[in-house]
This record gives sequence, C-alpha cells and structure tokens, in this order.
Amino acid sequence: MLYKKEWPLLIFLVPGLLFMMVFLYVPFLENIKNSFYNMTAVVKMPGTDWKFIGWENYKRMFTDPDVRTALINSVKMMVLTVIFEVGIAFVLAVLVSQIKRLQQLFRTVYFFPVVISATAIGLMFKLFYNYNGGMLNQILEFFGAAPVNWLSPELAFLMVCIPTLWSYIGFYFVILLTGLSDIPDDVYEAASIDGCSRFMQVFYITLPMMKPVFFTSVTLAVTGALKVFDLPWVMVPNGAPQGVTHFLGTYMYQQSFGLNDYDYGSTLAVLIVVLGIAVSRGIGYLTDDPEERKERKAKRMQKKALKTAGKGAA
Amino acid sequence: MTVGKKRKVKPGTAVIYIVLILWAVLTIFPFVWVVLNSFKPSAEVLRSSFALPSQATMMNYENAFSKLNVLKAYGYSFTISGVVTVGVMVFASLLSFGLTRYQFRGKQLVRSLIVASLMFPVFATIIPVFRMMVEWNLLSKNLAVILPQIAGNLSFATIVMTGFMQSIPIEMEEAAYMEGASVFQVFFRIVVPLCRPSLATVAIFSFLWSYNDLFVQKIMIRDPMKYPISTLLEQISSQYGTDFGLMAASVTIIVVPVMLVYIVLQKNIIKGLTAGAVKG
Repeated sequence: MLYKKEWPLLIFLVPGLLFMMVFLYVPFLENIKNSFYNMTAVVKMPGTDWKFIGWENYKRMFTDPDVRTALINSVKMMVLTVIFEVGIAFVLAVLVSQIKRLQQLFRTVYFFPVVISATAIGLMFKLFYNYNGGMLNQILEFFGAAPVNWLSPELAFLMVCIPTLWSYIGFYFVILLTGLSDIPDDVYEAASIDGCSRFMQVFYITLPMMKPVFFTSVTLAVTGALKVFDLPWVMVPNGAPQGVTHFLGTYMYQQSFGLNDYDYGSTLAVLIVVLGIAVSRGIGYLTDDPEERKERKAKRMQKKALKTAGKGAA
Repeated sequence: MTVGKKRKVKPGTAVIYIVLILWAVLTIFPFVWVVLNSFKPSAEVLRSSFALPSQATMMNYENAFSKLNVLKAYGYSFTISGVVTVGVMVFASLLSFGLTRYQFRGKQLVRSLIVASLMFPVFATIIPVFRMMVEWNLLSKNLAVILPQIAGNLSFATIVMTGFMQSIPIEMEEAAYMEGASVFQVFFRIVVPLCRPSLATVAIFSFLWSYNDLFVQKIMIRDPMKYPISTLLEQISSQYGTDFGLMAASVTIIVVPVMLVYIVLQKNIIKGLTAGAVKG
C-alpha cells in the first residue's frame, strides 16, 4: 500500500543513477570509443578532428615491449598476491583460531596497515631501501656486509612487491578468520574422535569447508593486483629503473597523463578491464565444482525441456 | 571465535604464540621505526636509525609545517573525503530504498548495472571524466575529485545497503503509513535510523578509500597550492627525498590521524572494510 504510488521512486533513484550514469557508465563507454580514435587533445578543440583509426592502438599495444613488461609484472603480481597475501593470511588465521587469548589484539595489529594509504607505505619503504643509510643497508653494514642497491633493475620489482603484499595480508586474514569461525566446532570434535590429528584437520575439514571464502579472497586479491597504482608510483615512478617495474595501471597513467597520449591510454584501460573480467571468470570456473556444474546444467536442460513440453501441450 | 575451545593446551601453543608475535612485530615495527626517526635530525637517521633519538627534536615537524602546506593539505583532504562520505551515504540510502521497497519495470536491469559497475576499475573511466572536468573548468578544484569518487564508491555502498535494508521488516513502515506518515517521513524517520550500522560501514570505507587515494587527486589537482595530503606527500618525496628526517616526519603526519581513528574505531573499521567481501 505504502509503496503503491510510484512518483517518489524518481526522487529515490534518479540522483544516484544520474551520478553513476555521468561518471561511470557514459565515461566507460566513451573510453572504449576513444580507444579507436586518434585524440589530438583530451578536449575536442574546434577545427581539430579526432580521426578514426580502427584497431591501430590495439595493434600497437600488442607489439609494445613496455606493455609486455607491464602485463607480465601485473600477472606476476596476481600470482604473488594469491600465494603470499592469501597464503600467509590463511596460515595466520588458522594459528589465531587455535589460541584463546590475545585474538583480538592480533586482529587489530595485523589489520592496521590496511587502513594506511599506499602513498605513506611507499614512502616508508623508500626510506628502508635507500642506498645511503636506508634501514636495510644499515642492517647490512652492522653485519659488515657491503650495501646493496635495493632498487636496481634486478631487485626493483621484488622490492615493490614486498610492501604491496605485506600491507594487505591483514585484510585477507580478517576475511579468512571470519570464515574459519563459521565452521561449527562439532565437525572438528567428530574428526578428532575418529582419530584425525589437528594438523590433518586443516586439510580434511578447514580447507574444503572454506572454499567459498577462499573464492572471495582470491578474486579480490587478483582483481586488486590489477588496480595497483599508488604504491609503485610513489616508490618507482614511471617504472623506474628503465621501465622494468611498470604495472598496467602505472603504464596507463604514464601514457595518458605523462605523455598525453590519451587514446593509447584508453586502449590500455580497456585491456585492464578485459583482463579483470577474464581472470575473475577464470577463477570462478576453476573453483567451481565440476559435479555442481554438471548438476546445474542438467537442471537447466530439464527446465528447458519442461518449458518446450509445456508450450507443445498448449 | 575460538575453534579449539575444548582441546587441551599443547606445547605447540607456545610455538603458535611465538609465530604470531613475530608477525605482529613485522607489521608494527616499520611504523615504529618511522615515528622514532621523525624525532631525529637527518644525519642521525643515517648513522643510527635503530637507536632511540639521542635528543628528541621537533625540527622535522617545524620544517614540515613551515615549508609545506601540511595544514592546508589536511583541510583539502578532509573536505574532499567528508563530502564524498556524506554524498555516498545519501545517494546509496536513497537508491537502496528505491530498490528494496518498490516494484517497477527494469528493476533487475538497474540492479545488474550496479553490480556490473563494480568491475569498472578507475582507469577505465578516468580519461573521459578528466575531459569533463577540463570542460567544466573544475580542474584543481575539490569538486573534480569529489564527483568521480562519489560515483566510484556508490555501487559498492548501494550493494551493502540493499542487503541490509532487505532484512528490515516492512511492518513498521506500513504501520507508520496507517498513522498518516508520508513515504519520505517513513524513509527519514524509520528506515534511515534503522540503517545506522550499515551506514557506518558505508561511511568508513568511503572515507578511508577517498582519504587514501592518490590516483584521482594526482590527475585532477594540478595546482600545487591545492594539493590534498597524498599528493603533497608524493611531492615532498620527489623534492626532499634525501632529507630523511623530514620524510619520516611527513609519513608520520599522514599516518597519525588515521591511526588515532583506527585505535578508537577499530572494530567498526575492520567490519566496515571487510563487510562487502564476506557477504560476497
């Protein structure tokens, strides 16, 4: 009754949808369109026309060696986030769930870097890595070793990954810990009565029962790895040294806002979107139970059969 | 919480504590190191960064506050993030109310559009948005950061809030309607107050996300006098990167407000930032 009259709906929906239309959906489509044009400037000036160039930017993208570096780095980063962020977070979550005291304290401490901006963390690690008197080299000096150039072409990528991974472990830790606490105690009890050791319980109970939570964590970690920008930009701007630390995000920024090559930047943004969708679909497919998939498919077929049968009868 | 409630304490427990404490140290120590060194002159940081300051000095902070527009940058950052937070809260609650209480054609389409926009990374929209800001003469104005950030947070906020609003029983609203309340009175007097927990969640992630973001600020704010805190910090590092004391002080300056809020609100913050994730 209350919600029969429909005109108030306009007031509820229009402001938010308008916002998303203007700043999300339309720009998103415009960006795809832009990738097929040669944009002379970001704003269309009178007299200068943007020429339609078809797949030109895409051809360029697939032969650009810097895109290859950025793509490889981004994919490596995805793999590393899954192994180290989700992996370490899971180990910590299992350990914390085994203890009785200080659980809350560990949660608070581990989560803390998540709320700190990537900019601040990047600067902090820059201080650690500094060649002249940075923290790491001071430790080396203390042990009588020669100082190391931590941001050299060979080490830079690894050194950028470390703070990126480190700062977000707490996030997955909390998610996985919540998942762990949702597993009822009696399952473990039954297992230990049957003679399953605490260690084996992790493999036979915890891991299988946590599958949906893992799925969420891995998807978030992988799509998050694609969005990395702030931290590498602060630590190693423009993919320094020699462009070896470029990620797709930083390379897109450099091309569009550093070199004002907006159409190529748009093309790179399209690549990021496509990759994001492909990867999260892929994870969904991999973690999906083949049995369940078969069952769903069977159900769909059944429904379809019923529908057509119904139609036939009518 | 405790999974192993009913098991006896084993010697393994000690090992567990040691590992957990080690990781805690690894998490906190970098911050302690930076704060500690912000009270030392740069030369001392280079010599002995692990020792306590031989003589605590506020020099770096005086430097930071006099040379750089730190206070002003805070002002810009808080204005931007504050407006973004309020904007997201308002638009998301309106949207979710419309989506959970009304039946209309195209509802499913609107819902899937909102979910789909979660897949738009900021990279995919920023160039056209930048063009609009140039055309509207908004570059280097706070609004140029605020508008895209509200839009960017809105889809996630709406998803969190529709989930919550669905669980609020509709009877109370019907009763209020019987008593003669209008739809808007129902919305403001009954639904919004009931939504306080999810509004807190939305507020926390919108604020932190906006306050911590560098990318949009960097693109939209071109005038160094108008830099919010993240952009300012990045500039400091490229200009005074060798002044270790100043760098440490700057990092401390940006971290401290967040840290204080975190200590007070940690439970809400942890819930706020992981809420959407756990719900899937």
